[in-house]
Amino acid sequence: MQFGRVIGTLVATRKADGLEGVKFLIVQLLDKHRHPVGDPVVAADGTAQAGPGELVFVIASREAALALPEAFVPVDHAIVGIVDEVDVG
Amino acid sequence: MYIGRVSGTVVATIKNELYQGRKLLVVDRLNLQGKPTGRYDIAVDMVQAGTGELVLVLDEGNSARQIVGREPNGAIRAVIVGIIDQVDIPGATFETYRARRTPAASGAADD
Repeated sequence: MQFGRVIGTLVATRKADGLEGVKFLIVQLLDKHRHPVGDPVVAADGTAQAGPGELVFVIASREAALALPEAFVPVDHAIVGIVDEVDVG
Repeated sequence: MYIGRVSGTVVATIKNELYQGRKLLVVDRLNLQGKPTGRYDIAVDMVQAGTGELVLVLDEGNSARQIVGREPNGAIRAVIVGIIDQVDIPGATFETYRARRTPAASGAADD
């Protein structure tokens, strides 16, 4: 999992089966000091509670879909937690 | 699996139910010279590791789910599965947490 900052939202009416009710957010992935790395990604919200501006952590690859209500869906990034506090030396 | 160094902790109230009651640690991935590569993972701790420790990190979903006993489903991938006592690669220095803490290794006599 990596840190990410939610920078926006995305709405799609037509999408793959199984993704009904899943919220999509635009997430900028971050390094451990919370500086941006790479291009932003579209991530499904596995917590259903994240919103713009929040610091979250994101799981990538096959495991992303497992964070959603329907586990066999075409998703490669999912938000799995909202960060309260980080202590990194 | 890879060799990592725990560099910090993450606290989250709202998170996937699989991580409830488990510790999330930031782990720097080390190269074979024992130096940080710049890559990191937020990993689920299964061995009571702490900041500064040299650890063994598993970064594969199926094995991770086996360890937490949540097959076939569960959004988990990076897991700390061991605390490393010693690595022996010619030309490399992997300083363990214990070695860092001993006065002889650090040069400090006050602890």
